[in-house]
Amino acid sequence: MTSEAITSADYIRHHLQNLTCGIHEGQIHCAHTAEEAKEMGFWALNVDTFAVSLVLGLVFLIFFYRVGQTAKKGVPSGAQNFVEWIIEFIDNSVRGSFTGRSALVAPLAMTVFLWIFLMNLMDLIPVDYVPYLALSLGLGHFKVVPSTDPNATIGMSLGVFFLVVFYSIKMKGFGGFVGELALMPFQSKNKLVQVVFMPVNLLLEGVNLIAKPVSLALRLFGNMYAGEMIFILIALLPFYAQWTLSLPWAIFHILIVTLQAFIFMTLTIVYLDMAHQEHH
Amino acid sequence: MNINATLLGQTIMFAMFVWFCMKFVWPPIMAALDERKKQIADGLAAAERGKHDLELAAHRSADIIREAKGKAAEIIAQSDKRATEIVEAAKEQAHVESERIVTVAKAEVEQEVFRAKEQLRLQVSAVALAGAGKILGREIDAKAHNDLLEKLVAEI
Repeated sequence: MTSEAITSADYIRHHLQNLTCGIHEGQIHCAHTAEEAKEMGFWALNVDTFAVSLVLGLVFLIFFYRVGQTAKKGVPSGAQNFVEWIIEFIDNSVRGSFTGRSALVAPLAMTVFLWIFLMNLMDLIPVDYVPYLALSLGLGHFKVVPSTDPNATIGMSLGVFFLVVFYSIKMKGFGGFVGELALMPFQSKNKLVQVVFMPVNLLLEGVNLIAKPVSLALRLFGNMYAGEMIFILIALLPFYAQWTLSLPWAIFHILIVTLQAFIFMTLTIVYLDMAHQEHH
Repeated sequence: MNINATLLGQTIMFAMFVWFCMKFVWPPIMAALDERKKQIADGLAAAERGKHDLELAAHRSADIIREAKGKAAEIIAQSDKRATEIVEAAKEQAHVESERIVTVAKAEVEQEVFRAKEQLRLQVSAVALAGAGKILGREIDAKAHNDLLEKLVAEI
């Protein structure tokens, strides 16, 4: 606990608050309270989420890029071996779930997997370290796990959603895409009955389509948010007792971190596969 | 926990990361992997070929050894025969030579005997002359009795 004067509720609230910066009352500044952040409206930036995810993405890309530039066909060095191990794992997943041919899907899946994995991994940093460090740098709040910010998860799932729509239209044509939404699952030989079915189909398939990005984003966000929350709650215990809960939870969380990244990646592949396939 | 412009920022960042990954990260590593796959396949094929070659070579070497053994046996047999022939020829030659030597030796011995007889005859005639001289009490005129003496010598 930060100090005796701060209540548990304050402590939790403080840890769950992003470093939101935006234009407030005519000048750029960072919100001190949740209400202030809310008042900034849409045109504000969660600097912590943005910065951490940017750094993590760059770390992964630069590392892989450098390995890729020196990759040899001979006996691989340690770093190359590691990178190849991951790439082959991703490649196998893509080959297993994606039936079409696309130069995009495998790199997309790798970016999704590693980026989310790294973002989730930030959850294993002890919950107080980064907020205190930020505080000593003069930043009121700092949430170090970008995937506990719905902006990050929805941002990614929106990217996936755009790709799904793009490839659906590219593979089936605009008419085919709309037809898929309007003419299924209820079909009839009778034209009149088919017209009656159309709104129902549109509703069902529309929900089906929208549910993909929403479920992607909320599953990841929910899991990571809940995990973070439990770490924060454990941190409320006396310091000598914390390890009895935080250690098992952290070990379990390693599984969740990997699993959530893997699920996001696999579903991304599956959704893109569905977008590539003609419905029967 | 508000939805704000971070959403857009994250989407754009995501798109850029994916683009970068697709352009600069995935292809070179995949190319290296494919190349290695091909190299391994080639290596395995070469190993297979090598094994096959080895089998062939083993067959060929067995053939060559068998042939060589046959040839060696043939050569030994030939050389045995030749050796026997040589020994036989040598024996033959030695026999002829020995006979020749014996003949020569015999001829020499005969000559020696003849020569010794001749000498002996001369000496006997000399002794006979001396004896006869003594018996007659006078010198035999060698010149006068030469014919007689020669007849005597021839008789002995």
